[in-house]
Amino acid sequence: MAAFDPSNVVLEAEGVSFRYESQYVLKRVSLTLHRGELLGLVGPNGSGKSTLLKVMLGLLPLAEGTVRWFGVPLNRFRDWARIGYVSQKAASFNVGFPVTVEEVVRMGLIARLGIFRRPGKKETEKVLEALEFVGMADFRRRNIGALSGGQQQRVFIARALVGDPEVLILDEPTVGVDRHSEVRFYALLEKMHKERGLSIVLVSHDLGVVSEKMDTIVCINHELFYHGSASGFRAACDEIVARAYGQEMKIITHAHDPGEEAIYR
Amino acid sequence: MIGSLAQFWAAVSAYPFLRNALIAGLITGIVAPLIGSFVVVRRLSIIADALAHVMLSGVALGYLLGSTSRVFAAVPPIYYGTAVALVAALLIERLRTMYRSYSELAVPIIMSAGVGLSIVLIGLARGLNVDLVGLLFGNILSVTQADLLRIVVAALIVAVTIALLYKELLYLSFDDEAARLSGVPAKTINFIFSALIALVISVSMQIVGTLLISALITLPVAAALRLAKSFRALLTLGVVFAETSVLVGMAAAYTFDLATGGTIVLVAILILLAVLVWQKRLRA
Repeated sequence: MAAFDPSNVVLEAEGVSFRYESQYVLKRVSLTLHRGELLGLVGPNGSGKSTLLKVMLGLLPLAEGTVRWFGVPLNRFRDWARIGYVSQKAASFNVGFPVTVEEVVRMGLIARLGIFRRPGKKETEKVLEALEFVGMADFRRRNIGALSGGQQQRVFIARALVGDPEVLILDEPTVGVDRHSEVRFYALLEKMHKERGLSIVLVSHDLGVVSEKMDTIVCINHELFYHGSASGFRAACDEIVARAYGQEMKIITHAHDPGEEAIYR
Repeated sequence: MIGSLAQFWAAVSAYPFLRNALIAGLITGIVAPLIGSFVVVRRLSIIADALAHVMLSGVALGYLLGSTSRVFAAVPPIYYGTAVALVAALLIERLRTMYRSYSELAVPIIMSAGVGLSIVLIGLARGLNVDLVGLLFGNILSVTQADLLRIVVAALIVAVTIALLYKELLYLSFDDEAARLSGVPAKTINFIFSALIALVISVSMQIVGTLLISALITLPVAAALRLAKSFRALLTLGVVFAETSVLVGMAAAYTFDLATGGTIVLVAILILLAVLVWQKRLRA
């Protein structure tokens, strides 16, 4: 993977805590994302990964700690067009919704366009370009509900890309998609990084693939357990996983997969 | 059917009150499915029904107030109804956040409050000349020139607002979290949306009456939903089905001397059934 620029900080979260009543979901979690960095956010189910994303994106209130996007504190940050976000919920939308692939991707232009402005010819071209980038241009007139999980996922990535963001945040994009789509997804991830120079935060519970494909790993389970290079994570993986996930957790290897990738079960 | 349409057309050309009725009906046939498309995909069909019932209490209030003073009487009762429906729309949003895990409770609470209030107010207004049947079941022949002007203005507001906020409304309906992240002011737009529903109800009230307003908002869209692949197609088909219901319904009601509102809604039901049956055959 290409090296990122350590002097150029895109996102800085410091001591972020979040509570549901008295229960801590996040306790003093910090992380930093640099320009061009591929960051894998891992942790067990219910460890607060999605909550951390939502707090950093201002979708949940930030009670303790600080979050800065491009140096601007979260409460004053308005330039959301610079950030593309594919939520976990995107995969569980109402499949009966009468909307085409093209219409879904066009929604991603709202942050750039602003209120009252209607998308024109230039925007239509942008939509097509984003769909071509993710390899879904041929499906643009199809109903989104009629596509497979992997195809839907690529459409939602196109929606996040269409506004030309600098950062892309993906929450469990490979959950519920087949193996083939997963391989395609990681190829797309590399392409986005190489051709668009995107900084990417990828949330996953798939430790093996993530520690291989990303530059940096952040491992949380309500608290921060690891924040450092992927190679450092691989070297100390057993120890980190034992502490963050508990002793009973094992990394198993899928021998039948050609790439032999470790998958968390 | 062609014969009855031709007969109806001749009558429309001859009688101005029928012309008013037809124009009002056709306008309703545009705005009801326009707002209805968003109402249905946001799963808010039941709210349209609740607001219609609340509007009835507002109209009754208008009649009562009008009987007490000339100042109040200067404003037609339907405006009181629209105002009360707007307040109710706000209350529903408020109640939905208060009962977060039972948010659907907000609708029966507001609806029963509306119906209860209507019954009491209409009871109080018994001595007054209130066309209760017209309010409940619609009285399309009562559309005056002033009504028509009000309906045109309200419909224009609805259509222009939907055109201006189309992309925001669609994004919020499809994925409200992502929409909010893109800077869509969700609270403001949701309120505007509720206000638009109230306006559409005020437009449709004379055409189909309180009890059947939600039918005109949801039935054409329900039929369109079975066929549409895109949201644009949903809007277009919804309008086509609603206009067909209004035209055929009015012509049939005129020819066979039936209740207009009920006939329009029955035609909409027939269209829905036809679409369902046709689809089933297509699959078989």
